[in-house]
Amino acid sequence: MFSDFDFDVISRSMPYMGEGMLFSLGLTFLSMIGGIFLGTLLALMRLSSFRVLNAPAAGYVNLTRSTPLILVIFWFYFLVPLAMKKISGDAYATGIGPFYSALIAFTMFEAAYYCEIIRAGIQSVPRGQSDAAFALGLTYGQGMRRVILPQAFRNMVPILLTQGIILFQDTSLVYVVGLTDFMGAASKIAQRDGRLVEMYLFAALVYFLLCFSASYAVKRLQVKYGAGR
Amino acid sequence: MDFSVFFQPAFSGGGIYLDWVFSGIKWTLLVSILAWIIAFTVGSVLGVLRTTHPVALRAPATAYVEVFRNIPLLVQMFIWYFVLPEIVPEGLGNWMKGEMPMPEFWNAVLCLGFYTASRVAEQVRSGIQSIPDGQTYAGLAVGLTRAQVYRHVLLPMGYRIIIPPLTSEFLTIFKNSSVALTIGVLELTAQARQISEYTFRTFEVFTVATVVYVLITLAVTVAMRALENRVRVPGYMGSGGK
Amino acid sequence: MKPVKVLLAAAAALALAGTAAAQEGTLKKIKDTGVVKIGHRDASIPFSYLDDKQRPIGYGVDICLKIVDAIKAELKMPKLKVEFVPVTSQTRIPILTGGNIDIECGSTTNSVERQKQVAFAPTYFMTGTKIIVKKSSKIKGYDDLKGKTVVFTAGTTNERAMKAYNDEKKLGINFIPSKDHAESFLAVETGRAAAFPMDDILLYSLRASAKKPADYVIVGEFLSDDPYGIMMRKGDEAFKKLVDKTVMGLYKSGQINKIYAKWFQSKIPPKNINLGFPMSAALKELIKNPNDKGVEACGKMKC
Repeated sequence: MFSDFDFDVISRSMPYMGEGMLFSLGLTFLSMIGGIFLGTLLALMRLSSFRVLNAPAAGYVNLTRSTPLILVIFWFYFLVPLAMKKISGDAYATGIGPFYSALIAFTMFEAAYYCEIIRAGIQSVPRGQSDAAFALGLTYGQGMRRVILPQAFRNMVPILLTQGIILFQDTSLVYVVGLTDFMGAASKIAQRDGRLVEMYLFAALVYFLLCFSASYAVKRLQVKYGAGR
Repeated sequence: MDFSVFFQPAFSGGGIYLDWVFSGIKWTLLVSILAWIIAFTVGSVLGVLRTTHPVALRAPATAYVEVFRNIPLLVQMFIWYFVLPEIVPEGLGNWMKGEMPMPEFWNAVLCLGFYTASRVAEQVRSGIQSIPDGQTYAGLAVGLTRAQVYRHVLLPMGYRIIIPPLTSEFLTIFKNSSVALTIGVLELTAQARQISEYTFRTFEVFTVATVVYVLITLAVTVAMRALENRVRVPGYMGSGGK
Repeated sequence: MKPVKVLLAAAAALALAGTAAAQEGTLKKIKDTGVVKIGHRDASIPFSYLDDKQRPIGYGVDICLKIVDAIKAELKMPKLKVEFVPVTSQTRIPILTGGNIDIECGSTTNSVERQKQVAFAPTYFMTGTKIIVKKSSKIKGYDDLKGKTVVFTAGTTNERAMKAYNDEKKLGINFIPSKDHAESFLAVETGRAAAFPMDDILLYSLRASAKKPADYVIVGEFLSDDPYGIMMRKGDEAFKKLVDKTVMGLYKSGQINKIYAKWFQSKIPPKNINLGFPMSAALKELIKNPNDKGVEACGKMKC
């Protein structure tokens, strides 16, 4: 049954698949950075005792976490450009392009998940640490920046990275708006050349090898960090 | 904003667009619930196997978890739907593609179920491992076999502890069911997309779909919290992971 | 504060009026960014599809590149950059209205309904809905589809025409949606669907590039008329004028015949197939008397 397999289709399409992989990795990397940054802000808002800060943050996080990623991608891909036009009042405002649309969608989506991870991380830092920081006369900002967040992030590194691996897998969903990430490239060639079996199995193998070795590395890191404390 | 679009007669099939929304909700729930049954059953077996001692039992379960966890759901969906029928014997493949009823739907259910099983397995394993060894020893000491210890001691405790993470796994299945649209299941997100295409009322349609997802999530969360309180193990409050 | 605000508003209005006089709309945007963004398809052979190096090529793409030349001349910007953005049947209109592409060069039917959202250049191809089936299926026409599975590309006029026909004739067809034409055709090739309704020209090219072309037949009367046009944003008269002028210029000078022959009557990549599809009388007439009239969305059925 594997006799009419055409493995040549894979080598022929390598450059194109490579470009797709760069798209996937770039999207993952940038939305991870954006997501962690925004997620930290959201986490700090959620932990704040001011209702005007914590209520909207909680609302945003819960809303995003109960919406499917595909729907979020549709929201940002189809509606944000239109909203931006309305706001700027310029009917011919330049769109931000498919890559950035996807980047914004993933950043906003991941921020909600990173927020919860970071919130738990901050809460895991013993209260004595913040008490001590404030007793030394540090302001809230200084205490967070110099004392709490560094410790919290140190504990969170493995979970943040694991979430990054999940994010990398999720970027394959830009397929639904026809973009050419790794999976998009694989499916376009698969469909054009009628080689679904070869291309999809190859894509699965590549994703597996990358994600498996990445999670193995994270596990090693976890052991190393754990042993250090 | 104009939500009256949902009461306009639908393009096809009689009825109004609101009917399309309800049909989407129906398929989303059907896919999620059936997939959950698979995920829970298979995941429980795998989770238990991962806590056992013999390598012959543990290794395959571990391999399963690693494989299903490290391949994106979309890719797995395509493998179930597009690849599997081509690499099985031809008769079976043809049946899977043409003769079986609703192939998209069943493929989506199987794919989501087996994918989520790997995640459930991890929860079940951590639930069982969070129970102190003393309980196992106590069980063995009063003359229970290993199987009986699982049946009467570890599993009843473990499941109760992991209700919160299992709830979030169910909600994950519920959200992931939208990936089924890539193989042609007209669930809620696909219907929203389709209605917006026919009516150009993208904003209103996506808003309604989002609200429906949020409401169902809320309902499940509230119900599971009630269940959690009812079956709570005294002395184990809040010890179940996340 | 008030007088200041009024002054500011007046100044802003003046500034806007000043730029508007020079250039506005899409042309201004292209001038400001130095980039013209073209939406292309992945598998609309031979209008807009990917060659063996995955670059967008085709009849529509060639005409769009002529339009780019015209834009370069109009703006006196010979170094204008061209950026290609992939679109699908479902995404093309929102992406265009959202500003992520300036023109779409594909296989888009100019329908009255779409004209509420976007504008079309003069029709550059004339086709219509038929179905492709496997020869072995013995399907001779639409009525043979009773109770069968039919795959459609989501977001096409063919989808609507087929569904309207199904409703009217109560055929009880089981529809499955797919993302693009190549995927739809594969559903027929692998036996997942009995038929795929699509513009006949695209069906001929899909069949020509299939592994075993002889296994498929294209059957049925035209279920709809589908005039193809290049899409652009609505309400931008200056840009539309430039596009229309370019397209009609190709018609008048006869250059269109060369472009047509290149894609429909010679070997084309990636598989070096010759579609051998001479220009229809309808298209010849349209080239003589160009127009951008749309058709009803449901084809020959009523919606």
